[in-house]
Amino acid sequence: MTDVYPHRQRGVATATAPIYLLLFPIPVVCFVGALATDLAYSASAYLMWLHFSEWLIATGLAFGALAALALLIEFLASPAIRRGRLGWAHLVLFYGALVVELLNALVHTIDGWTAVVPTGMTLSIVGAILAVAAAGTLLRVPVTWVARRELMP
Amino acid sequence: MKTAFTTVAIAAGVALAACGSSDQKNFDKSTEYGPNPTLPEPTRGLLPNMEIPKVIGWQGETPTVPQGFRIEALATGLSNPRNVYPLPNGDLLVIESKKEAKEPIERPKRPVMAWVESKAHGGGGGGPSNRILLLRGEAGAKPAAPSVLIDHLNAPFGVALVGDALYVADTDAILRFPFKAGDTQVGGAPVKVVDLPAGPINHHWTKSLTASPDGSKLYVGVGSNSNAMERGLDEEMNRAAIWQVDPSTGAFKVFASGLRNPNGLTFYPGSDVLWAVVNERDELGPNLVPDYLTSVKPGAFYGWPFSYWGQHQDPRVRPQQPERVKAAIPPDYGLSSHVAPLGLAFYTGKSFPPQFGGGAFIGEHGSWNRPELNGYKVVFIRFENGRPVGTPMDFVTGFLKDGQARGRPVGVAVDPAGALIVADDVGNTVWRVTANTATP
Repeated sequence: MTDVYPHRQRGVATATAPIYLLLFPIPVVCFVGALATDLAYSASAYLMWLHFSEWLIATGLAFGALAALALLIEFLASPAIRRGRLGWAHLVLFYGALVVELLNALVHTIDGWTAVVPTGMTLSIVGAILAVAAAGTLLRVPVTWVARRELMP
Repeated sequence: MKTAFTTVAIAAGVALAACGSSDQKNFDKSTEYGPNPTLPEPTRGLLPNMEIPKVIGWQGETPTVPQGFRIEALATGLSNPRNVYPLPNGDLLVIESKKEAKEPIERPKRPVMAWVESKAHGGGGGGPSNRILLLRGEAGAKPAAPSVLIDHLNAPFGVALVGDALYVADTDAILRFPFKAGDTQVGGAPVKVVDLPAGPINHHWTKSLTASPDGSKLYVGVGSNSNAMERGLDEEMNRAAIWQVDPSTGAFKVFASGLRNPNGLTFYPGSDVLWAVVNERDELGPNLVPDYLTSVKPGAFYGWPFSYWGQHQDPRVRPQQPERVKAAIPPDYGLSSHVAPLGLAFYTGKSFPPQFGGGAFIGEHGSWNRPELNGYKVVFIRFENGRPVGTPMDFVTGFLKDGQARGRPVGVAVDPAGALIVADDVGNTVWRVTANTATP
């Protein structure tokens, strides 16, 4: 495979990129999962689903915060990412998802139905869309290639 | 990318729209008491209002009482004294109590809330708790140092002496000890009268206890297992209720229900009417829902969790039960929101001025769910013809100083000499208020 970003600098980014790729999917999966459990709660009023949503959002935020830090380092260290619009789109979408889900975690602390219907579920839809969109951009963002290149010298 | 920005902005807008309204700021605080308190629309921001005073202790100072009264510490250095029970001979029982069992963590919110609540409680003495102390002393005189009457209880709260039986409401059972006024020790091991709902989840754990005037029945308050049924209806079996218990057989029935956390169970002097103070639900705004003082009508349903103050539906509860809401009756007298009343005593003494006769003293443990702290004092409410009238009068204050907590009042009682006794579980003190005119 050819190196499509020959100008990428070595250094910090080489280390953070694999870590980022390890962490990034966790919040995406959690936020999509929280949307599913919110839908289940709104259809059943069964509180277990509300609790699932709360844990999924909290877990997504915990790993999301670490991933956000790794992405920030990657951005600072890698001009290749900063140069392209896709890199920025990825950053904005992912950070946006985290902000929305942070608000969502607070809304989900309400004791019962109004934790989800309507505000919590609205935020879960928005957060899940942003996270999946961020994942979509990642497929074509330099950070992906960094990791692959390390595996295939 | 522009779309993404827009979406984020909309989402933030939606979330912020849930934040507090101007309704709360313009709230007229003089309308929050009495039989028809103002009930603003429910609101909650991204976080519930949280304001917790830092615990600093008394440092040798005392609470404040109105002119014509004086207050002194009867016992200090206790370990979470939550209730007091004067005996007819002038002795005093002090109930030290701590819930020790941990609640299961079924959602991320629980450990956060547990931490907030523990901050409001300070260190809490540190010595052994969950026991009943005996303070001997002629009524009116300074009592001797306390002795341990009963040890190794399980979060006890309510106590009732009926003849030569002392009933103690642990959080998980009512126990009967052989004991009569004047004894310095209990006469043997307890007999369990009836199990009460407790763990594994045991949210509102204080079991208030009283006996009917003829001593034939016990009444015990069993608080709800949640704020607003957010742990499901199964966890609320026979909770948020006052039970009537036959002390000889242990048979019980639910006497009244829909009472979120009933405490201070007391029969109005010279009557068969049971009264209680009730802690209503949180997180519907700083001025909702008023806690209340009410006479308890047999068989009545007071709304929790489906509705509050009669038939105002709680939007958080699903499935809603319109039929039950229709049956809900409003309580008698609002004490304002989040004051956390835990003690109730009717004034039966003679040493206070006449207007106190038959009125209610209420120990208000204090709020967390309100930007302006509320409660943290003992109030007095005048009674006429067996009904509360007027607005509450601040009677014992000074538990807060510059936004810091020196103590928090809980159980209150009137002793045979007509003094008011107050348990202070954060100041770890038992206070006695006497009228200056009274000669010891």
